[in-house]
Amino acid sequence: MKIDRRSFLSLGVGVAAGTALSPLPWKLTDDLSIWTQNWPWTPVPEIGESSFVNSVCTLCPGGCGISVRKVEDRGVKIEGMKGHPVNQGGICALGLSGLQLLYGPTRIKTPLKRVGKRGDGQWAKISWDEAISEITEKLDGLRTSGNSHTVAGIAGSRHGTVSQLFSRFLTAFGSPNFFHTPSIADTYQLALQHMNGVSAAPGFDLENADFILSFGCGLLEGWGSPVRMFKANTGWKKAKARVIQIESRLSRTAAKSDRWIAIIPGSEAALALGVAHVLIKEMLYNKDFVDNYANGFESFVTDNGEIKKGFKQTVLEEYSPETVSRVTGIDPSAIILLAREFANAKAPLALCGKGQGKVPGSLNEAMSVHALNALVGSINRKGGVFPIPAMEVQGWAEVGMDTITSAGMNQPRIDGTPPNSLGYINQLPSAILSGKGYPLNVLFVLESNPLYTMADSKTVKDAFDKIPFVVSLSSFMDETAQYADIVMPNHIYLERLEDAPTPMGYNKSIISLSKPVFKPRLNTKHAGDTLILLAKGLGGGVAEAFPWKNFEACFEQAMGDKMKTLKKNGFWVDSDAVLPDWESTFNTPSGKFQFAPVEFSPGFAPIKIEGDSTFQLLLIPYETMRLSCGYIANPPFLTKTVEDTILKQNDCFIEINPKTAQSNQLSEGDVVVLQTPRGQARVRVHLEEGIMPDMVALPRGLGHTAHDGYIANKGINVNHLIGPVQDPVSGMDAAWGIRAKLSKA
Amino acid sequence: MKQEHGGVVTQKYGMVVDLDLCTGCGSCMVACMAENNVPFREDETDKLKSITWMRVYKLTNGKHYPETDICYLPRPCQHCEGSHGHSPCVSVCPATATDYDNQTGIVSQIYTRCFGCRYCMGACPYHARYFNWYDPIWPEGMERYLNPNVSPRMRGVVEKCSFCFHRYQAAKDKAHLDGQKEIDEDAYQTACTQACPAGAITFGDLDNPNHAVHELKKQPDTFRLLEKLGTNTKVYYVSSREWVRRAGDNYLKTEGLKKAVL
Repeated sequence: MKIDRRSFLSLGVGVAAGTALSPLPWKLTDDLSIWTQNWPWTPVPEIGESSFVNSVCTLCPGGCGISVRKVEDRGVKIEGMKGHPVNQGGICALGLSGLQLLYGPTRIKTPLKRVGKRGDGQWAKISWDEAISEITEKLDGLRTSGNSHTVAGIAGSRHGTVSQLFSRFLTAFGSPNFFHTPSIADTYQLALQHMNGVSAAPGFDLENADFILSFGCGLLEGWGSPVRMFKANTGWKKAKARVIQIESRLSRTAAKSDRWIAIIPGSEAALALGVAHVLIKEMLYNKDFVDNYANGFESFVTDNGEIKKGFKQTVLEEYSPETVSRVTGIDPSAIILLAREFANAKAPLALCGKGQGKVPGSLNEAMSVHALNALVGSINRKGGVFPIPAMEVQGWAEVGMDTITSAGMNQPRIDGTPPNSLGYINQLPSAILSGKGYPLNVLFVLESNPLYTMADSKTVKDAFDKIPFVVSLSSFMDETAQYADIVMPNHIYLERLEDAPTPMGYNKSIISLSKPVFKPRLNTKHAGDTLILLAKGLGGGVAEAFPWKNFEACFEQAMGDKMKTLKKNGFWVDSDAVLPDWESTFNTPSGKFQFAPVEFSPGFAPIKIEGDSTFQLLLIPYETMRLSCGYIANPPFLTKTVEDTILKQNDCFIEINPKTAQSNQLSEGDVVVLQTPRGQARVRVHLEEGIMPDMVALPRGLGHTAHDGYIANKGINVNHLIGPVQDPVSGMDAAWGIRAKLSKA
Repeated sequence: MKQEHGGVVTQKYGMVVDLDLCTGCGSCMVACMAENNVPFREDETDKLKSITWMRVYKLTNGKHYPETDICYLPRPCQHCEGSHGHSPCVSVCPATATDYDNQTGIVSQIYTRCFGCRYCMGACPYHARYFNWYDPIWPEGMERYLNPNVSPRMRGVVEKCSFCFHRYQAAKDKAHLDGQKEIDEDAYQTACTQACPAGAITFGDLDNPNHAVHELKKQPDTFRLLEKLGTNTKVYYVSSREWVRRAGDNYLKTEGLKKAVL
């Protein structure tokens, strides 16, 4: 048969039409999709009965109620707990990622003992008995040789039952060296002590304030209790309350505020006093409060007959809008306008604590801002600030003092601060390295990661090298655990019983109950139980101070009559608390609010940051809700939300104003070396209009060297580049930045 | 108003996102990933390959310091209705792997039908669709948290936001068991809506006057993304700032801002 063109074409068309009409294309499509998807390793989650268990999230000090969805014994989702007073059903991105921490690869599975060089990551698995006996032997030796004070402990917080049990352990053992991760809450506590005469945390009635003057607080960056702040912000928008953000960088808070006022960083106290100047000069302050319930406003004569300048005179003489304008870079008219608006608001409220308030900051600044609230009478008033008394554990018997204990407790603290002070961890590394005091022999670290979170990582590491024995009670293989000699892993938050105390700034006393949602899945132990076992192992007076059979018993005793409510509702709120009045609640020597506490004069004492004029730029760290920068490192989901203008592959970006970049001949994406007096790092350039010229900003939360591949070795830890700067008044860390320079890599 | 479609009561689920309230915290993104078994890898910084059904974009007004301004915009799948369900992706899918559901107004994605040609990704004007370039791998033990109500996807298929369709199914089943004809507003909420700590997202039946979105979408400052394309999306945005509303529809500088078409 001859195939001509015509029959060839008709055959072709026939085949095409036949194929199209047959099931073949559909079968092929189907096969193709099966073929592209037939991967047996794609998991099929098991089905089962679904339930919800309420608890509280302790990944940050925010204290949000959570509701964990379980399918059989698996946790499949964490949601915000409806009806919890702090977060009212909301939840942050870190809280939502919690199950990745529970099931993640960075958990420590069993007690470990270091076998290789420190930090090399070579471990031998040991039993709990071995771990406990090894440590108690070491501790016993120190105690009998009269060196009990050479043991120190660093806790993530100074509140909550476990932290207090930890502090009790050190006390009973005979060491005054209890440290905690510091924050703006410490500075506020000092400010309240001096000005209100009370030992308390500040409670901000944010929900009822209608004019919020924020001196750089990252209200939407994780300041205070993050979800509460988001809810408050939404409330402000709906009630048309106004938020003024004073900050050198256009943070999320600044972007969401009604007015962003860029300020030369570090001069916030001067601005507060400048606003006070206008309030006083234009007689805009609350006369009733100032005249009848406050002291130190007018100049006065001290007990030794000296004349001390009052707040009024100081502020009027030294903080005119023009003077303040020179320091802060803010127009005098803007300062005057700000003061008038602040005074005319119904419930004005001024706040401080930069970013998340991770750095305690300048005490002068906190006191100046607190004085502003006092001037307008926003103290102990609806929509204002009032003291929230710290809840000490009631049910525990006092620690018995045997001779060793009292000898140890009579030793000075290693950081040189007076006994019973808050303790200044920022002074610990230099105290250890200076070798002036006594050497530290043992360091316990609980729920904190000082090797990562403390400023000037290199010095901190050098100080750690001088401590022969470091014990970590972390749940995760973090930087500090990696550098420990023995690791006694704690249950993770979803597996353990504890309390979440009142979060920073919350306007009521509240305790939330963290209850075990899951059975511990690894060979871990509750840190409270570990401490009790250690105490029992030591015997004698130490064991007597820890009479409980386990932490649960100790906890129930600590919670006392609140336990019933906690078990029923998941939280306990001090709903009977009444707003303290102006008459009787100032516990100062005069019984009145102190504008000028005798110990210090009000004023702006600039915190001098490190670096000379060869460093032309200013480096400031900043915080974001998408990077967890405390003890908890970013889980994979959270890192996934980090913008590619912050992290690209393993490089992190500095924010820099395009003008500054131009004068340094830098453009978007350039690789540069960022150098500060403390160190240098390779970073990339991101041009950002929302930052003051001549500054660079670097996020906190990157640059981990430990944990897992989802966060390790990504970006730079800003603590490598910044050192602590001691506040001359309080002694706490007040570094808000450091001088820096850039050079092309 | 409710429409009858083939004798069945239909809904038109949609969202109103208040950009004045959104703080860009990222909770919605993570809530979505956790609810929908979205995979993750060690390096997620290539955002073209990083699967985020819900993604928060950062918009800037383009002005110099200190006049510069930022707005965050969460972007789920916009569930375009187009005209009569002809949404851009549905129109191009050769495998009928994505479909417009007239009963709910939800654009579905049927993974087992998808063979990964990615036409839909090209067609979607919102970059709401993502391709699984890699096998989803959970570190050992972490697959324990996977949600049994959502099937994990495999390499080679496209995925996107489903308005948490499994939650709709559960709510529908429950309503049926309870003898209810309609699903209550709070019985069906997406994971992002539920998680948003700022309360910026509202979700519900756009056609049902008893649902909050019905009124919210009529606010004067409401707009939708790239409305000019006629995609007829079901995600509405609210912003009091004009530059944000302009950015939402890629308005040219010379163009006047049109009032949102409702």
